[in-house]
Amino acid sequence: MPLIDSDGRTLSDPWRLLAEGEDIPELGPVLVPLRRWLAERDRLLARSEPVGVLLQSSEGPADLSGDLRRVSLIALEFPKFTDGRPYSTARLLRERYGYAGELRATGAVLRDQLQFLRRCGFDSFEVENREAGDAIAEAFREISVSYQAAADEAPRAADVRRGERTGYEQSKVCAGFWAY
Amino acid sequence: MAAQVITANRLVDGAVVYLSADGQWVQSLEEASVAEGEAAAAALVAAGDRAVAGRLVVAPYLIEVDRGPEGIQPRRYRERLRATGPSIPFGGGMKG
Amino acid sequence: MYQYDAHDRQLVLDRVEQFRGQVQRRLSGELSEEEFKPLRLMNGLYLQLHAYMLRIAIPYGTLSSAQLRKLAHIARRYDRGYGHFTTRQNLQFNWPALADTPDILAELAEVEMHAIQTSGNCIRNVTADHFAGAAAGEIEDPRIWCEIIRQWSTFHPEFSFLPRKFKIAVTATEQDRAALRVHDIGLRLLRDHAGQLGFEVMVGGGQGRTPVLAKTIRPFLAAEHLLSYLEAILRTYNLLGRRDNLYKSRIKILVDSVGPEEFTRLVEEEWRQMPHDRIDLPEAEIQRIRAHFAPPPFEALPQRDAEFELRRRGDPAFARWVRANVSPHKQPGYAIVTLSLKPHGGIPGDATAEQMDAVADLADRYSFGEIRVTHEQNLALVHVRQRDLGALWHSLAELNLATPNVGLATDIIACPGLDYCSLANARSIPVAQRISLALQDLDRLTGVGELKIKISGCINACGHHHVGHIGILGVDKKGEEFYQITLGGSADETASLGEIVGPAFSSERVVWAVETIIATYLSLRRGPEERFLDAYRRIGPDPFKEALYAAH
Repeated sequence: MPLIDSDGRTLSDPWRLLAEGEDIPELGPVLVPLRRWLAERDRLLARSEPVGVLLQSSEGPADLSGDLRRVSLIALEFPKFTDGRPYSTARLLRERYGYAGELRATGAVLRDQLQFLRRCGFDSFEVENREAGDAIAEAFREISVSYQAAADEAPRAADVRRGERTGYEQSKVCAGFWAY
Repeated sequence: MAAQVITANRLVDGAVVYLSADGQWVQSLEEASVAEGEAAAAALVAAGDRAVAGRLVVAPYLIEVDRGPEGIQPRRYRERLRATGPSIPFGGGMKG
Repeated sequence: MYQYDAHDRQLVLDRVEQFRGQVQRRLSGELSEEEFKPLRLMNGLYLQLHAYMLRIAIPYGTLSSAQLRKLAHIARRYDRGYGHFTTRQNLQFNWPALADTPDILAELAEVEMHAIQTSGNCIRNVTADHFAGAAAGEIEDPRIWCEIIRQWSTFHPEFSFLPRKFKIAVTATEQDRAALRVHDIGLRLLRDHAGQLGFEVMVGGGQGRTPVLAKTIRPFLAAEHLLSYLEAILRTYNLLGRRDNLYKSRIKILVDSVGPEEFTRLVEEEWRQMPHDRIDLPEAEIQRIRAHFAPPPFEALPQRDAEFELRRRGDPAFARWVRANVSPHKQPGYAIVTLSLKPHGGIPGDATAEQMDAVADLADRYSFGEIRVTHEQNLALVHVRQRDLGALWHSLAELNLATPNVGLATDIIACPGLDYCSLANARSIPVAQRISLALQDLDRLTGVGELKIKISGCINACGHHHVGHIGILGVDKKGEEFYQITLGGSADETASLGEIVGPAFSSERVVWAVETIIATYLSLRRGPEERFLDAYRRIGPDPFKEALYAAH
C-alpha cells in the first residue's frame, strides 16, 4: 500500500506501528493505538522521538485534545471506505483543535475518496488502489469548484463570487483556515 | 433438486442474459443451458465467474426452472418478470 | 429560477469527466463491480431487474422548458421514449446503457442538470413545495433556500459517506405540500414576532421499515444560520448514527435512541462551537441567489377573469377540471395548474418524450417557461393567466394530461415496484392501474372527494404508503403477491402514520378491499364536506375492519 501526499507523490514511511504488547523501541518514530497512548503517554513522550496515535473510526479526538502539540502524526483508520466518521474527526482535529501535524488516512482508502479526504484536512494517504504517481495525482483535483468551507485552502464558490463582484481578491479568506 | 440455469445482467447495457449451451450469454431464456444436478450447476457457476472476470456480465446467479410444454419456466415470479420484461406497456424486454 | 454561473457550470462539467473516467475504468476492468457500484450509485446509476436505471436530479422539482426538452431528447436518443417522475421530484430513465451514461450526463450539463447525489449515503436532492413562488400565504420562495442547500450539500467532503441516505425538504406556507414530517430534516420557513426570517427545524422523520414523524428540535432558527445549523445536525449524525445495521442507520433511529431532547442538546452544543461566519453564506451571496427567484413579470390583472368565470359556469367538464386540477395563485388573475400524470389505467408518473416536448411548449406559451414536478408524481404549470385556462385545458386534454383527478382517489402514488425494481417484493403499477380503472367514473370520483392512495412494492416505502389515506404495501407470501392495507396516514401539515387494518389481501382482492373501504366511508361520513381522512380520524378503524374481514 503506497503512502502518498496530496500531490500524489510517493512518501517514505518512517513510522512503525506498534503491535499489541510489543515493546517500545528506543529509537525511531512509533505509532500507537489510542488505548496504548492513554496508558503509556508519559513513557512515550519521555523518549524524545516522534510519537503518533492511531484512532479507530469510533474514536473521537477529545482524548487527544490536550496533547496535539506533542504528537507528530495522527492516523485515522477507515475500517470500510463507507465508514465516514473519520471525515468529521479530521475536520474537528484541524478546525476546532488546531492540530497542525501530519494527518493520515489509513485502511480502506480508495482513489475516488482522495479529494474529499484532502478537503477534510488529511495530508497523507495510504491508498489501496494499484495506481500511483501521475494517475493518482489527478484524483485530488477532479472537481475544481468547492461550494462549502472545509479544512483546506480552497475558497468557496460564494467567496470567489464575492471577489468577482467587488474586484477584491478573496484568496486570503481561508488563509487562517486552521487557526480558530 | 430442480433444474437450474445461470443468469446475470450484461455489463455494457444491463440486459438480462442467460448462459447458452454453446457458452454465449444470450437474452433468450429458451436458449439457456439447463443444468441437472450439482456438477452441472457448478460448471455454470464457474462459467459465470469467468464471464465476470472477462467483463461480460455482472453478478451471475443460478435460478430454478421447470421445463414444460411452454419451454423453460423460472419458478420464481421475479425471474419470470426478468425473462419477459415488465408486465406493463412501454417495457417489454430489452431491445436487440 | 436559478441559472448557473461559471462556477456551477464548471463543477458539473468536472463531474461529467470524473464519471466518464470511472465508467472507462469499469469497462476496462480496472474497477470491479464491487468497487464501481458505490461510484455509480453516487451518480444515480442503479442496476435494476432488466437494465440500468439512471436517476436525474430535478432540484426542488423545478424545470425550465429547455431542460424538459432535453429530458425528452435523452428519452428518445438513449432510452425508450419515456421517463418516470418520482416521489422525490426526480426523473428516472429505465433503460440506459452503461457506456452511454457519460454522454447522457454531458447532454444534461448543457442545460444545467446532473445526477449528482441522487443515490448513495449522502445528502440527496433537496425537495420543496411544488407550488413555491405561486402559493398564497408564502413567506418567501422556499427554493431560494433549497438552492443554498443544494450548493452546500453538493460534494460536501464531510458528508458524502453518511450512515445512510439523507433527505431534506423545505416549505414556506402553513400547508405542507412537501411531506416535511417524513424527511430526515424538514424546514418550514416563517417569520418571528420581530419579522425576522427563520426556520422551524424538524429532524428524524422517515418512512421505510420504521416510519417516524420528525420532531421539531428548534422552533425558530434565524435563516442566515441555516447552513451552520445543518452542518451541526449532519456532523452529529455522521459521528453518532449507527453503521452496524442498515435498518437502524437513518437519523430517525438516532433521534429516538438518544431522545429528542438529548439529540437537540448535542446539535446545539456542536453548533455553538462552530465558526458560523465560515460556514454560513455572506448576505450578498444569499441576495444573489434570492434574485434568481424573483417573481416573473406578472401582468396586472383583475382578481377574477370574467371570461374564465363565464366558461366555468357554462361548461361542466371544464368546471370539473378546474375544481380538481387548478389551485388559487397569490397573484390576481393567475392560477396554478396541475397536469395529471395519472390517466385512468395509466402508469403513475410516466411521461412520453412527446408529452415532455409538448408540456415544454405549453410552459413557454402559458407559464413563463417553467414546469414543476410534484412529489405526488404529477407536473404543474404554476403561473397561468386565468384567461388562458380554457385553451390550456384543451391542449392538455389532447395530450392525455387533463384527467380531472388531482387529489382524488385515482391520483395514486406508486413506486416502480417489481416491474422494474430489484428491491421490490411485489408489483405496484398494475395494482394502481386496476384501482384507477375501477374508480374512474368521474361523478363518483368527485363524490368521494379528497382521497390519497399510495402504493409501495416493498417496505422501503418509496410509494409513501405509510402516509397514504389508504396505504398499500406489496409483500411476498410464498412467491405470491399480497397487499397489506394501512388507513389514516397523511403527509400534510397534520401528518400521521397509517395503521395496519388487518391481514394482507391477494392481488385479486385488493381492488375489492379499496372499494369496500370507500363504500364504508361513504356510508359513515357526516356529509360530502367530511373528507375520508377526517372521517377516519373520527370513527377509527373498526368499521373498516368489520367491512373488510367480518365475512371471513
